[in-house]
Amino acid sequence: MSQSSKGRNRIPVAARNAGTHEGTGPLVFLPALRALMLALAALGLTLCSPSFAKSVRPESQTSPEALLNSAFEDIALQRFGAALGNIEALIRARPNFRLAHLIKGDLLLAKARPLATLGNAPNGPAERIVDLREEAVARLRAYRERPSSDQVPRYLLQLLPEQKYAIVVDTGRSRLYLFQNEDGQPHYVGDYYISSGKRGAIKLREGDQKTPIGVYHVTSSLPRKKLSDFYGSGAFPINYPNEWDRRQGRNGYGIWLHGTPSDTYSRPPRASDGCVVLSNHDLDALAQLLQIGLTPVIISERVEWLSVEEWNTERTSFLLALDKWRGDWESLDTDRYLDHYSPSFAANGQDRDGWGRHKRQVNSAKSWIKVGVSNVSLFRTPGKEEVVVVTFNQDYRSSNLSNVMKKRQYWLREGGRWRIVYEGAA
Amino acid sequence: MRAALRLVALIVGLALAAVSHAQADDLQDISRLLKQGQHAQALERVNQYLATRPRDAQGRFLKGLILVEQNKVADAIDVFTRLSQDYPELPEPYNNLAVLYAAQGLYEKARQSLEMSIRTHPSYATAHENLGDVYTKLASQAYDRALQLDSSNSAAQTKLSLVREMILGTNRTARAAARTEPAKAAEPSKATVLAAAPKASTAGAPEARVPAEPKGPEAKPAPEAKSAAGKAPEKQADKGAAAGSEDVTKAVLDWAQAWSKKNVDAYLAYYARDFKTPNGEPRGKWEKARRQRITAPKHIEVSVDGLKVSAIDANSTRVSFRQHYRSDALKADSSKTLVMVRVDGKWLIQQERVGN
Repeated sequence: MSQSSKGRNRIPVAARNAGTHEGTGPLVFLPALRALMLALAALGLTLCSPSFAKSVRPESQTSPEALLNSAFEDIALQRFGAALGNIEALIRARPNFRLAHLIKGDLLLAKARPLATLGNAPNGPAERIVDLREEAVARLRAYRERPSSDQVPRYLLQLLPEQKYAIVVDTGRSRLYLFQNEDGQPHYVGDYYISSGKRGAIKLREGDQKTPIGVYHVTSSLPRKKLSDFYGSGAFPINYPNEWDRRQGRNGYGIWLHGTPSDTYSRPPRASDGCVVLSNHDLDALAQLLQIGLTPVIISERVEWLSVEEWNTERTSFLLALDKWRGDWESLDTDRYLDHYSPSFAANGQDRDGWGRHKRQVNSAKSWIKVGVSNVSLFRTPGKEEVVVVTFNQDYRSSNLSNVMKKRQYWLREGGRWRIVYEGAA
Repeated sequence: MRAALRLVALIVGLALAAVSHAQADDLQDISRLLKQGQHAQALERVNQYLATRPRDAQGRFLKGLILVEQNKVADAIDVFTRLSQDYPELPEPYNNLAVLYAAQGLYEKARQSLEMSIRTHPSYATAHENLGDVYTKLASQAYDRALQLDSSNSAAQTKLSLVREMILGTNRTARAAARTEPAKAAEPSKATVLAAAPKASTAGAPEARVPAEPKGPEAKPAPEAKSAAGKAPEKQADKGAAAGSEDVTKAVLDWAQAWSKKNVDAYLAYYARDFKTPNGEPRGKWEKARRQRITAPKHIEVSVDGLKVSAIDANSTRVSFRQHYRSDALKADSSKTLVMVRVDGKWLIQQERVGN
C-alpha cells in the first residue's frame, strides 16, 4: 500500500508526459527504467557485438531470446507498454519461464516506484535473483552475438555422410549450437540456451560438478517414462569419459543431455552436476534429430569460430597428414611410419617403444601392405591442446593378413607436426 | 465515509443532468442514511429514487456504495460496471470497480479498470495511487512466480481507496489529496478485520495480551489487559512511582495497541518530536518506513509483558519489557527498552531500542 505522502507527489507533470507514449504508462519512472538498462549494460549487454560483426542469422521471432531482446529494446526506447506486451506473450507461450516473470515484475513495479536493477523482488532470495540475472545475460548475449552465417566452429572438421547433425556446446555462453551436415560442411540450424555444471567446465573427477570438455557422441536415448521428472522430457547420455579422458586420468560417469523439471521452463546457467540441460521444448526439438551412436556432441568452454576458408585450410592440411601416415604405412618403411607416432603415444597397454618393436616385428614378415581409409570423420578437441579425433573405416590388406575395422585415433599437434597419441578400435 | 458526506456540495457541480433541489435533498438523505449505517433504508430510498430516474449517475453510484457496505460485492460490481458502460467518461466507477476486483484478488481486472479510469482522466490522483498499488501487487505475484516463493506469504490483501463521491465537474486532482486519506480510513472492511483479529489472539494466549478495540484509536485498552500487563510495574514501582509509572505503563500499552490496530497516525503520535531514530535517519524517512511496515501486513498483534519502569528524573523514564510481535508475515519476540519523556502531560517515546 502506498499510503506514503511521497506516493502522491509523483503523479502530475512527468507522469502526464510519460503517459503520452502509451495510454497505460503514466506512472512509469523513466529514470528508473533507464537505470535498469544501465544495470543491464553493466552486466555486459550491449547492442552491438564485437565478435560477430556482420550478417546476423535469422532467428524465429517467437524464440524466448527474440522476445526477451525485443522487450529490452523496448525498454531502451522507453516503450514500456510494448515491453510488457512482449514479456506477457513470452509467459503465455512458456508459463513456467521464471525469468520472464521476473522481468514482468520489474516492468509492473517500475510503474509504481523507481527500480535500481533487474529483479527488484524485495523478499526474493538473493541467490535466485542472481541466477535469473545470469540467465538473462546469457540468453541476451547469445542472441545479440550470434555467429554469422559464414562462420563454422573449428571442431567440426569433417562429418561422416551419415552424421546428419552435429552439436557444439559453449558452456561459457550457456548455449548449444545445432549444425546440419551439408556435404561434409556444417551449416548452422539453430541455437538453444543450456545449463551446465555448477562448478564450471573441464570435468576431471567424479562428483566435481563440472561439465566435461571434449569430443563425444550420443550413446543412447532414455525416454521420459523411464526417468524422474527431474530430467524432463528425456535424456541422451554421451560417452564421457572417452579414450582421451581416460588417458588423462579423468573419471566420473553419467553425463547426459537432458530436459528440465516440469515446474520450470529453464534452469540457471550453472545448475547441473555436469550434464548439459535444455528446456523440454528444445530437447524435444533436438530429439527428432539425434542419431544414437552417431551424432557428435562437442563440448567447449568457448567455441572457436572459423571462416569457411580457414576451416577448409585446417581440414585439408589435416587430411594430408592422415594420408601421409597411410602412405608411409604402405611403404613398409617402418621408421617413416613410426615417425607419425608421438613419443607420448600409448594404447592397449603399450607405450611408444613397445608399439615400435611390435610394428617392426609385424612389418618384417610382410612383402606388401595396402591400407584403405574411408568414411573419415575429423573432430578437433576444444581447448588449448591441439588434438583431433579421427574415426574411419580401415581396409587393411597385406601379404599375410587382411582386416577391416573401424578405427579411432587421437592426433596431437606438437612441434608443428600432427602425431598420433592414441589408436584403437572404435 | 466523511468524504461521502460532502457529496451534497459536489452535486452542485453536476454537468450531466440538471438536478433539482428535491433530487439533491433525496441524495443527501440517502448518503446520510448510508453514513449512519442504515444500509437497508439507504438501499430502499435509492431504489425509490432510481425508479423514476433509472439512468441517474449519482444515484447509481450511491447505490453501488451502499451495496459495498452491505458486502454485496457481485451486485456492487454489476452497478459500477453498468455505470461505467453508460458513462465511460467518468473515472470513479472504474476506480471503484477496480477496488472491488482487487479485494477479490483479481488484480489483472483491477489494473484494466484503473487504466480505463486514468484514460478518461489522466491526472486522476486516486486512480493513480490505486494503480500503483495494483502494479506493486502484480509485480510481487510475478516475482513470486519467478523465484518460486510461496505466494501465500505475501497474500496480504491490497486495500485500495474506494471513491465515495463522484465529481461531475472538472477538476479532480485538487480534491484527490484531501479525499484519499479519510476514504481509506473509513473503509468498513478494514474496521471489520481489526475487530476480528484480537479475538483470535486472545484465544491463543489470554494473558498479557493487549486486545485491540474495535471502536477506534481513541478507545481505551480493555481493563483486564491493563491489569494483566500492569502487574509487573506495580511490584517494581519503587523508583517509578514518583514519575507516574502507571501513566507510563498506560502509554506503552496504548502505543502497542495503536500498533496492533495498524493505526499508524496514533502509533506515530507516541514518538516525541526529538525521537532519536534508530539509524539517525531523518524523521520523515523513518516515519515513512514505519508506515510501510505497519500497513503492509494483513494483521498485526503486539503485546508486552514484564514491564519494568525506572525513573530517570521527574519527566523522563526508562521502560523495559518483552515485546511479542505477531503478524501474518512475521513472529518475533524481543526485549525492548524505551526512554520516554513527559511532554505536556503525555509520555512520549524518545528512544527505542531492542535489548535491555
